[in-house]
Amino acid sequence: MQNLQLLLQAPVFNVQLLLDGMFIGAIFALAAIGMALVWGVMNIINVAQGEFVMLGGFVTLMLVEAGFHPLLGIPAAAVVLFVLGWALYRAVIWRIVDGDMFISLLATFGISIMMQQLMNEIFGADVRTVESGLGVWFLFDGMVTVTQVKVAAFFLSIVIGLLLWLFLKNARLGQAIRATAQNARAARILGVDTDRVYAVTYAINAALCGAAGALVVMAWSIHPYMGLPYTLRSFMIVIVAGLGNLASVIAAGLGLGMAEQYAGFLLGAEFQLAFVFLLLVAVLVGRQITLARKRQYLK
Amino acid sequence: MWTDYHEEGDPKMLHRRKMLLATVAAATLMTAGAAQAEECTITLGAAVSLTGKYSTNGMHTKNGYDLAVKVLNEKGGVKVGDKTCKLAVKYYDDESTPARGAALAERLIKQDGVKFMLGPYSSGLTKAIAPVTEKYKVPMVEANGASRSLFTKGWKYLFAVLSTSEQYLQSAIELAAENADRMGKKPNEMTVALAIENDPFSQDIRAGVMDDAKKHGMRIVIDDKLPKELNDMSTTLTKVKALKPDILVVSGHAKGAATAVRQIAEMRVDVPMVAMTHCDSAQIIKKFGDKAEYTLCASQWAPTLKYSDEYFGSAMDFAKLFEKTYGYAPPYQAAESAAAVLVFKDAFERAGSLDPQKVRDALAATDMMTFYGGIKFDETGKNIAKPMVLYQVLKGKYVVVAPSKWAEARAVIPQPKWSERK
Repeated sequence: MQNLQLLLQAPVFNVQLLLDGMFIGAIFALAAIGMALVWGVMNIINVAQGEFVMLGGFVTLMLVEAGFHPLLGIPAAAVVLFVLGWALYRAVIWRIVDGDMFISLLATFGISIMMQQLMNEIFGADVRTVESGLGVWFLFDGMVTVTQVKVAAFFLSIVIGLLLWLFLKNARLGQAIRATAQNARAARILGVDTDRVYAVTYAINAALCGAAGALVVMAWSIHPYMGLPYTLRSFMIVIVAGLGNLASVIAAGLGLGMAEQYAGFLLGAEFQLAFVFLLLVAVLVGRQITLARKRQYLK
Repeated sequence: MWTDYHEEGDPKMLHRRKMLLATVAAATLMTAGAAQAEECTITLGAAVSLTGKYSTNGMHTKNGYDLAVKVLNEKGGVKVGDKTCKLAVKYYDDESTPARGAALAERLIKQDGVKFMLGPYSSGLTKAIAPVTEKYKVPMVEANGASRSLFTKGWKYLFAVLSTSEQYLQSAIELAAENADRMGKKPNEMTVALAIENDPFSQDIRAGVMDDAKKHGMRIVIDDKLPKELNDMSTTLTKVKALKPDILVVSGHAKGAATAVRQIAEMRVDVPMVAMTHCDSAQIIKKFGDKAEYTLCASQWAPTLKYSDEYFGSAMDFAKLFEKTYGYAPPYQAAESAAAVLVFKDAFERAGSLDPQKVRDALAATDMMTFYGGIKFDETGKNIAKPMVLYQVLKGKYVVVAPSKWAEARAVIPQPKWSERK
């Protein structure tokens, strides 16, 4: 209650919370776009989503330690993760595309554990960060601070979302991806190389997460076991937004980010993540009710 | 950190000279025929993590024990009654798992006949081993279990040389109270913000801070519990900006320290005092440079402290010897482990016997000074003579600023506002 009064008395802190929520939400959205894509096209829930984010962060870290500019980490992480995603598809994922969803959960969960342990072996469990080299903007007499790298994250995820939308709509491969999503069998009969479509889809997902990871290491911090909250938030966003619509995925991401910031401020940091789960339960229950109503209507 | 010290004679030469002396002494004894000093060895048992997740700190622990045993034996061993005994340690690897630690403690006591135990690494393993040593009434001096819960069980044979977790940041609150006038306030007008991780160890730290704040009549305005997964403190810091507390206390292992240092600087949170734990494991100076400046950090021990004893000399002497022997600067885990061995030596000599019960009573009456700090146990077995020290990052170095008795410099309080820096 006291915290709520604070927000009413000094509305400027609302600005801070909304901005921070938007920025962190944009990064959630990047990973969620990938998850929606893989889920929608391949019918696989990729549990290793958060680990791709983590790997993207480590790629950036290595690059910076080798003396490169941190911002270069964003494309570099995307490229490295694209290749890794492709390789993972060829090694594991192709075996489970047409299988049971339970199998795909298990397989990607296995991949996520392997990645965690591998990174723990190589880099140790320490928390790592990278200085972005970008500054901070001060608004309202320094009451509101805006880290430039977070702004970059925000615009980048919007741009990537747009590019992906254009790609899916206009490019040949993009059309093939959509065709496969609609009906893989029909697409195959009509000459679409669905295996290649799946590989590209999974690789694009990994690349998106990699870019997100590069931003996370610059704006916050990474360590080998950071993945799960990112996977869960992606899942949450996709559940809310549905599989078909990129714009709504981004909107849900931003919304979740802001909701989380308010929950953290009003209820205390310990409830920030708990709030996400609560929201997830609420959404699932809500969805169940609306669907039940729809079914009744159809009868 | 200690590259500037001078060499203290060639160790080989020193060793040779000692050997010579020892031979002469032995010869004299033999001819005298009165072989009063019987050969005897006191074996201390220890289950230490040499593999698994605590292996790094387990190694520090073992190195600390070994160095102390070596130094004590070189200095003539332990005089128990009219006998002079050498010390030895029997180690087992507990693989960083509590169950294994307890089994090994049982084996040390029952099969190997060990009558005295040194502690393992970490609170969790200490908690697993203590019931075993209690059962067989074997005194254990431990140096690496700081959890408060170790000292609420009424254990009679457990003694800890380190400061317990609830003491970690109490010195920060003391420092705030001492410096209240520099902020133009009375201690009971001050406000405290807490951002402390939601795990048992960190919550012990929180309990200590709460107690001390209450003692001074300070008001807690923020009390956030950081979840384990969180890598973003911005909501808590926004609250700090809004409520303007006089002191911000952060504790959440290395991740908490790193996140706090970075985001406090980025968001330009102006607080007169910022105190945290785990600064050294988060390497805040190396990683964040200027952003870490003026941060107050709690530590068990520092080589720059003016503590000293007759075995190791000063804290700095210990640090030099350790670095010469093992090739790296001693973390506090190694220092406190070495101190545990000194405590045993002191107790053996005062007990004048190797009867576990008498040694236990002598341990309970310990009141000594070591290079690691004063050691005196209360009835629960925790050390109440050694305060936690508080560093402040000043010009890119850790400088001891509290407690006042050991301070190298006066703390910069209030720390300059971000807009006034540089």
